[in-house]
Amino acid sequence: MTVAENWLKTNTFHHSDFRDLQRLVDEKERLGLTISLCIPTLNEQATIAKEIVVFRSELQQRYPLLDEIAVIDSGSTDQTLEVAATFGADTYLASDILPQMGPKCGKGENLWKAIYQLHGDIIVYIDADIKNIHPRFVYGLVAPLVYQPAIQYVKAFYDRPLASSGGVRPTGGGRVTEILIRPLFSLFFPELSLIIQPLSGEYAVRREVLEAIPFPIGYGVETSHLLDVYTRWGMGAFAQTDLDQRVHFNQPTMNLGRMAFTILQTFLARAESLGVVSGLPELNHVLRQFQAYDEEYEAVEYEFVEEERPPMVTVPEYRTMRSSSHVKQPG
Amino acid sequence: MSESFAQILKRLPEYTKTIRRLEDILLTNLVMVAEIPSPTFGEQRRVQWALDRFTEYRLEHCSIDEAGNALAILPGRCADRNLLVVAHLDTPVDENLDHTVTVQPGLVSGVGLADNSLGVAALVTLPLVLSGLGLELESNLILMGSTRALGRGDLGGTRFFLNNTELAINAGLCLEGVRLGRLSYATIGMLRGVIRYRLPDEYDWTRFGAGGAIVSMNDIITRILEIPLPRRPRSAVVMSSIEGGGPGSKVPTHAELQLEVRSDSGEIVADLHRKIANIASEVASLGGGEASLEVIARRRPGGLEFSHPLPERARDILNALGLPPRISPSTAELSAFVDREIPALRVGLTSGEDLDEEREQLEVAPIASGMAQVIALLQAIDQGYCDRG
Repeated sequence: MTVAENWLKTNTFHHSDFRDLQRLVDEKERLGLTISLCIPTLNEQATIAKEIVVFRSELQQRYPLLDEIAVIDSGSTDQTLEVAATFGADTYLASDILPQMGPKCGKGENLWKAIYQLHGDIIVYIDADIKNIHPRFVYGLVAPLVYQPAIQYVKAFYDRPLASSGGVRPTGGGRVTEILIRPLFSLFFPELSLIIQPLSGEYAVRREVLEAIPFPIGYGVETSHLLDVYTRWGMGAFAQTDLDQRVHFNQPTMNLGRMAFTILQTFLARAESLGVVSGLPELNHVLRQFQAYDEEYEAVEYEFVEEERPPMVTVPEYRTMRSSSHVKQPG
Repeated sequence: MSESFAQILKRLPEYTKTIRRLEDILLTNLVMVAEIPSPTFGEQRRVQWALDRFTEYRLEHCSIDEAGNALAILPGRCADRNLLVVAHLDTPVDENLDHTVTVQPGLVSGVGLADNSLGVAALVTLPLVLSGLGLELESNLILMGSTRALGRGDLGGTRFFLNNTELAINAGLCLEGVRLGRLSYATIGMLRGVIRYRLPDEYDWTRFGAGGAIVSMNDIITRILEIPLPRRPRSAVVMSSIEGGGPGSKVPTHAELQLEVRSDSGEIVADLHRKIANIASEVASLGGGEASLEVIARRRPGGLEFSHPLPERARDILNALGLPPRISPSTAELSAFVDREIPALRVGLTSGEDLDEEREQLEVAPIASGMAQVIALLQAIDQGYCDRG
């Protein structure tokens, strides 16, 4: 068995492997771990209530797996925060957390600020736009960290065939993954191509890892995480869990183009800093896309500069808080 | 310790308050079950889900019977009586519709919530509610998520269980999503059928008056509507759906009408059945086509009297909750109990809007009262306050 095959066999799970929630909670309590759920939001009032109800009832009331459920919002103009609070989540506006660091807007910003605001030894991030939410989205990601001390970072992947004869079938991530990320990883970081869905927005990570890595504030955050964790802790730090189907709103191709542009910036910057590529020119930050009106074509230009937050452990306020937080309880 | 019925009524506000604290668990069960499509004869995923829930809640005898019903027992202290609580698992909803549930403050919306995802959610949450209230029944509580209740299913799951169980069932309770306050303890006679009209391939289109299958079906409908119906016993013929023909300008060769005959009298149902079958045959012979009446489901009238202690206690409970009882006969699960002469009730759990539309909306707040009603009823039955004589 090759190293790659071995990793796939030992570090790839299915959520049903962990369906014994009482056992999982017992082990979490034996280890004295605390677990925080972070839901980053921007105008998610249609789906947020269901996520909170399901997680609170199943993973707090029935099985005390989660020590806190927090919504960190980028400034929704709808009722996202009010609805989330009604259903019992802790709610925060990202701009209110570490305000002295200045405002930045993006999902990565919310994820980064969760490290400061939340208390868990493990933080699990779940997107708010999942239509078919289920407790497996949390316990499937958290369980490998609880049961296996060597695992640091667990990614979700989603793969459910509509029909199978038991034979071989193709599997993989979304469109940006298959067209951009997997070819890039295969060229420069072949081991990382073992991760089936590198851009999935659901993952659980140990605090020691999260606080030690920088956070791009936009679409590049997942790619950057994978590269940083891989180069620092190696492939053995990763695991991935099949969460079956994830139903969400599909993004139009033009949006995916903008996402890919940002991710590529992050990738090239990391690859250069790691010495994997060299001699890159200064990169242009403007993406040009087109829309057509009859026979007229209009160019629309978008400027994306992927900003980055430093490792949280380098932020003095965080160090001060953590050094005095041994007695601080979640919630 | 046994409580008087008055004490049970007195505890209703406390029950409602405690159940409100468990509301998230019930809502979660509602979300999870409602997102599983479950057409009649295709309930297997819901059956497995209910069984998993029963197993997680550490009930006994968690099993699936030959009819596919999901079953479990919460053993009682005395165990010489058995109460059966049923919620049907199938929904009258196209399985290809979006089954995503949306939760908003005070409201849940989605498809098939009222009929009958909320009933199923209440069924599986019942053991937790009893435990949360610190209640232990003397009787065994049998929980059943039943299959094949609707349409052609003809209450197949419940009938199978009642016909084949070795347990003596002392009383039954059927849970339905809506409406809270609605109380059914008697069934009306019913016959549900499909009239199919078809023209043969060799049909002579030049024949005088030839108009195709839809015109002939129209004749059948007109003739059925001319049948005189008595004011007492109350009787009705409900035509529920019609389809026929095809695209374009072709003369239609087939048409289908679904109808339901309802009456307080079984004899009148039988008489209407015979008359409708004759009308279909007569119109077919005049129009040169073929007609058939297929019976999909039958119910015989019966059930408890108004003065029976079980409906009487149920009315007292609703009144104590400040909910005026709305008595209505049923053609659903209750009929299977009536056939076996087992005292039974059908109760609703909440209110809703846009019922039977693609996005039903159920109100969350009344559910606690709906569940308190169920708990008080179980206690009253368990302690013998609903026994006759």
